[in-house]
Amino acid sequence: MEDLSRFKQTYFDESAELLEVAESGLLRLTPGEVDSDEVNAIFRAVHSIKGGGGAFGFTELVAFAHEFETVMDGVRNNTVPVTTELVDTLIRANDLLGQMLAYAREGDPAPAGTTDGTVAALRRHLSGGAPQAQAPAAAPAAPPPTPVYAPTYADDEDDEAGLFGDAMAAIAAARAEEDPVPPGKLRWTIVFRPRSDLLMSGNEPAFMLRALRRLGDATVECHTDALPNLQNLEAELLHLSWTVTLLADADVDLDKINDVFEFVADDCDIRITAEAPPPAAPEAPPPVTDPVPVATPPTVVAAIPEAPKAEPPKAEAARPRPNGGGAEHAGLTSHTIRVDLDKIDRLVNMVGEMVITQAMIAEHVRELPPGEFQELLEGLEQLAQHTRELRESVMSIRAQPVSSVFSRMPRLVRECAATTGKEVQLVTSGETTEVDKTVVENLVDPLTHMIRNSIDHGLEGPDERERVGKPRAGTVHLSAQHRSGRIVIEITDDGRGINRPKVLSKAIEKGLVQPGATLSDEEIDNLIFLPGFSTADQVSNLSGRGVGMDVVRRNITSLGGRIGVYSTPGEGSRFVLSLPLTLAVLDGMVISVGEERFVLPLTNIVESLRPKAADLHGLVGKCDVMMARGEYVRLVYLHQLFGIPGAVADPTHALVVLVETEDGSRLGLVVDEVLGQQQVVIKSLEANFRRLDGVAAATILGDGRVALILDVAGLREMSRHMDSRAPRPPSPPVAALPAPALEPV
Amino acid sequence: MSSSTALATVGGSRTDARNDVMAVNAAEEQYVTFTVGSEEYGVNILSVREIRGWTPESRLPNLPDYVRGVINLRGIIIPIFDLRARFGGGATSVTKRHVVVVIQVGERTRGILVDAISDILAIGHDAIKPPPDVDGGMVDAEYLSGLYTADDRMVTLLSVEKLFSVENSELDSATKALPALERAS
Repeated sequence: MEDLSRFKQTYFDESAELLEVAESGLLRLTPGEVDSDEVNAIFRAVHSIKGGGGAFGFTELVAFAHEFETVMDGVRNNTVPVTTELVDTLIRANDLLGQMLAYAREGDPAPAGTTDGTVAALRRHLSGGAPQAQAPAAAPAAPPPTPVYAPTYADDEDDEAGLFGDAMAAIAAARAEEDPVPPGKLRWTIVFRPRSDLLMSGNEPAFMLRALRRLGDATVECHTDALPNLQNLEAELLHLSWTVTLLADADVDLDKINDVFEFVADDCDIRITAEAPPPAAPEAPPPVTDPVPVATPPTVVAAIPEAPKAEPPKAEAARPRPNGGGAEHAGLTSHTIRVDLDKIDRLVNMVGEMVITQAMIAEHVRELPPGEFQELLEGLEQLAQHTRELRESVMSIRAQPVSSVFSRMPRLVRECAATTGKEVQLVTSGETTEVDKTVVENLVDPLTHMIRNSIDHGLEGPDERERVGKPRAGTVHLSAQHRSGRIVIEITDDGRGINRPKVLSKAIEKGLVQPGATLSDEEIDNLIFLPGFSTADQVSNLSGRGVGMDVVRRNITSLGGRIGVYSTPGEGSRFVLSLPLTLAVLDGMVISVGEERFVLPLTNIVESLRPKAADLHGLVGKCDVMMARGEYVRLVYLHQLFGIPGAVADPTHALVVLVETEDGSRLGLVVDEVLGQQQVVIKSLEANFRRLDGVAAATILGDGRVALILDVAGLREMSRHMDSRAPRPPSPPVAALPAPALEPV
Repeated sequence: MSSSTALATVGGSRTDARNDVMAVNAAEEQYVTFTVGSEEYGVNILSVREIRGWTPESRLPNLPDYVRGVINLRGIIIPIFDLRARFGGGATSVTKRHVVVVIQVGERTRGILVDAISDILAIGHDAIKPPPDVDGGMVDAEYLSGLYTADDRMVTLLSVEKLFSVENSELDSATKALPALERAS
């Protein structure tokens, strides 16, 4: 029972992926230019969901999937024309299939009539097309469905037959000449040669033969030539093979026959050939839509997986995209495995522990007298290298291409375009860029928001665009790339750009900016990230609830990312997201303040220096600034922000670490000492406690002690709060905070 | 107690302890009791994950003094609450003999800093007396689940769930105080 539920889980997992495949295929389906590979992919996806569902007895799901599949089959055969309405119906059907799966997963029956509307819509499309989509033999003029197995009447001799050159198939072909197939029927010749250990896996060939008989009029021949003599006979092995000649109605297709062998496909060699009645019309044109090279007159052969020791998979090469039922089986040879995420996470944690232990050993070794223990040092050096490689390999397991997020966006754009009445074209690039799974998952919401925002606020309506000399359809470009150890995602639109006067007046109206304040263009652009800011005159369905861009920024920041906007009025806007590739490890600089040690993310650090007294200035009694490389930067005293006693207060005796926040603004962090650079494993503070201002996360240093990882942007916010409270910072500790300052240990 | 000692009888065999309790009396539960100053407190043994000697903590900024800091518990980071400070007795000046009781509440693991472990008591439900009204200024009666008399000592039984939920809301208001203060100025 437990095993079955595990299979079910796998089925649902796979179905979710298949739904995505189908959806992205459907979205690419354009009227007029039907890509048969795409159509086949969609068909296979739906078919696989149906097949698996059947195995678990989800009858409602199967019934609906069947309707869906029938229409897809029609599309595949060119009997159902691809129109915009059809695509819409199919997308809806795909959604509904997802719902049906959800019901099946929960074990609930779907509410009565759930599928009625969509089924009716599907059937309408079907009746618009040619009536007998499934019966090529009855309608020989229609292009044959899937030429891999369907009869075709190409008149040139095809040497593909030699590939499967098999005595039994030849016999079948010979028989075809003397015994013509009656009209409206198909004669299938099924050569079923199980591997000798088939019985070990609990399969019973007799059941399969019986199942075949149910499909039509079957004649079974048993081949006993491989049977050893009695003294060599091993009773537990199977030595028989069979040839079944099945005279079936035209609605029995290859899939139905393959279904019989579904569970043994890997353990046997099956060849299935079909033979149609002699053509009524002497010649039909060779298939135009999908000229798959396995058309042999008058019989077409489909080989399902080669027996392990059979000839090299030449047949596969000849048919790069096998159609129909064979495809799922062919796909089984892929070199991937499915692993529970928990297992990988455990591995990641373990490697994290190892990094810590290794740092700990390194710390102790440093205290040994130099010159001795040379071998130990070398060994340690190697260990460090291996650890790093191991860590990278493990991280790469968790890495996923961003395409899983990007692929959801066409749908969104389609819907947004429909709601706003704008014409939008989405261009994506860099879909294969890989990043940690957690990052990928957390990208969905921000990207959804931002693309909506670009369409709703950025792009103009088609008429307005025409007036200003732009193409009617606006373009939104979504791209991803790796850049200096981070992933950078850009969303560019060619719309009207940020309306700065409007943004500014709105910000003043909402009290976010003082009236009369002078802001640079860049500062104005960045106002849109402030909480509670929304410029939409009307609250639209899409965006404009004022929860847009500030939430986006918060999401991105919580991932350790940054976001920026660059806009040119009249030409468009560009949003740039930069995110760490992994959330598990970070290159950091260990610093000390008083007795405490902290880690600063290396990506934030510009440089560290010890200022001279002449470089330091007070600024309107509010804070200290320092001249660094021709620029004034504000000083932030970490010991004040965090209330740490015993720290060096005078910057000329301490160190200033120049850090840069996500929007490029700099500040000087005053710390006691910089202890060194180190890779640290990011540990959650929230898992057992809570988030703290100015702290991004925590980590464990080489001595086993916890150190907090600083959040530079958060520190800047805190220091702003402090400026507005304290008259002049250097002397008094953080008086207004509720807790007494931390005391010395 | 050395720093890495976990009380095997407590941490190692929780399920056994539970079974024993079940066997003896369904209405009886086991409590780990510990001292803070001259007072004795008890928490249900089922919420106690382990007991360890004091290891130096890393401080957390801008929190009330009863949040002692965080420590590394075999790769996870847990906060340590100073029970003496929590009850208004000022921060504990720790020595190597101080003890951290590691407690699991739901998904969260936390440590409480106490002076010493004193006992493991099997306490019947009937023997627990309700706490009297306590002055709210010092102690929130919410997280006192009852009082028990062991020989001549009084043991205050704590509900860890309530203790931590009270702390959470207090810390929330402590953190929120920041922007509020700013508006006032």
